[in-house]
Amino acid sequence: MQIYLPIADLPVNIFLVFGMGLAVGYISGMFGIGGGFLMTPLLIFIGISPAVAVASMASHIVASSFSGAISYWRKNALDLALAMMLLSAGIIGTASGVWLFTTLRAMDQLDLVIGLSYVTLLSIVGALMIYESVRAILRARAGMPATIRRPGSHTWVHRLPFKMRFKRSKIYVSAIPVWGIGYIIGFVGAIMGIGGGFLLVPMLIYFLRVPTATVIGTSMVLTLVTMASATVMHAMTNHLVDVVLALILMVGGVVGAQFGARTGQKMRGERLRLLLGLLVFAVGLRFAYELVVPPDDLFSIRRMGVD
Amino acid sequence: MRRLVLTLLIVMLTGPAAAERLVVSLSSHRVAITSNFIGEELVLFGTVEPDGAKSALRSSYDLIVTVTGPHETLRTRRKQRVLGIWVNVASREFVQTPSYLAVLSNKPINQITSSETLRRLQVGLDNVLLPQRIGPDIADTVRNDPFRLAFVRLQAQQSLYSEISTAVTFLTPTVFRAAIPLPADVPTGNYAINVQLYADGLLVARTNSALEVIKVGFEQYVADAARDHGLLYGLATVLMALFTGWFASVVLKRD
Repeated sequence: MQIYLPIADLPVNIFLVFGMGLAVGYISGMFGIGGGFLMTPLLIFIGISPAVAVASMASHIVASSFSGAISYWRKNALDLALAMMLLSAGIIGTASGVWLFTTLRAMDQLDLVIGLSYVTLLSIVGALMIYESVRAILRARAGMPATIRRPGSHTWVHRLPFKMRFKRSKIYVSAIPVWGIGYIIGFVGAIMGIGGGFLLVPMLIYFLRVPTATVIGTSMVLTLVTMASATVMHAMTNHLVDVVLALILMVGGVVGAQFGARTGQKMRGERLRLLLGLLVFAVGLRFAYELVVPPDDLFSIRRMGVD
Repeated sequence: MRRLVLTLLIVMLTGPAAAERLVVSLSSHRVAITSNFIGEELVLFGTVEPDGAKSALRSSYDLIVTVTGPHETLRTRRKQRVLGIWVNVASREFVQTPSYLAVLSNKPINQITSSETLRRLQVGLDNVLLPQRIGPDIADTVRNDPFRLAFVRLQAQQSLYSEISTAVTFLTPTVFRAAIPLPADVPTGNYAINVQLYADGLLVARTNSALEVIKVGFEQYVADAARDHGLLYGLATVLMALFTGWFASVVLKRD
């Protein structure tokens, strides 16, 4: 069944888009991530312009992270104070991301920047995750406890000024790295149409030493608010948020996420991280391939608005 | 002998002159884009009629129908390898060009009339005016300019530009029908239809018609809201997302 998207200006198969939402939702529920880095390329693949895909994805992530955040809230597994601190910088990051998005679109370089950021971010994060999880698996094989090296070890991050105490996460850190991380996530999310969960979770664990118990819930609150503001800002500046597309995706996404979460809970942590790492890395390679291989058509057209 | 020639000349000048008139009708003047719109084919019917009682008709005619969509400004970009990756390096702005262009005829247009006539009347994808912004000037380029060729080719790939030499059928020597294909992502706005009748390579009659492609109902409402009330539209989308997320967490409990 075809349905016409009023902003993307083209008809799509409603079941195909719903199925994509379901599949990506499954993966996102399984790994506790937003799944934007998978969905945006899929949307571009079925013919939706990158700009509309990125802008509409933001609202899809709002839905999935809100449903996630609610269940973590029920389990008391989120640190609101930390989330608020991250957010105060995240919103500024989002605003500058949306601004850069608009500027790059005018300069015809948006596709390139989206492509390059995917390649660098995904391949680096993917490779790190594969490395870390393989080591953990090997250590488990060798009979050693598969723990992440967490406690005690203070780094330069902990010597920065403006220290704050976050009771729920039981950490005492400087506000500077917290703001820095919040800004980066907001900025990257607005440009790439991703929630940034797969970036934020490792950053919180490795830089701020946030305990695993609160990290996912906190990251979801942050994702929720930055993506909600990205939606509003994209709607105001670029007028490219397709509400029909977003609705189909989010309904598929939240349903898929429920089943994904069940599968995820049955799997061992390091296996799960290895799978996610491989997935992230593969998507990164896919984008690299596109940038390096000569395109079928050197020319492309961009609409500048009907007069 | 001389008298005979003179008589013939007089007969040719005053006798039943061939002059014709086109009468056309479109199956629908308004195409509504609804949520299940997947493209449409409109039909233009018409007849060739003698213009005035004394006129006569010729034995065969050719027809070229040009459908021109609303004008828009587009940018054609060219990629080039820079430091190993493919980047858009050059671009050309096409100013106020048709967003949709269909040249429909009963046989290839270069068999209907001379390329000189086609160029003068700006008929066909090779001859239509496609103004580009080149520095401070706005002008059409030569037809084999790489940007112009790429522009026409890409628009044709999207089924927005087409030249179909089988779209017009003569049901009788004077009654014809033309199929106008509108693709699924047809631009909205006003379309001009120009019908040209040729005989022996000469333009003998022309007429105009028009059609309108509009979004209706919900699609129109959403498109207007997104354009005119960006803030409210964004907030509404976020609320919808929050509701969906909340609803999912209530209905399908994760634990």
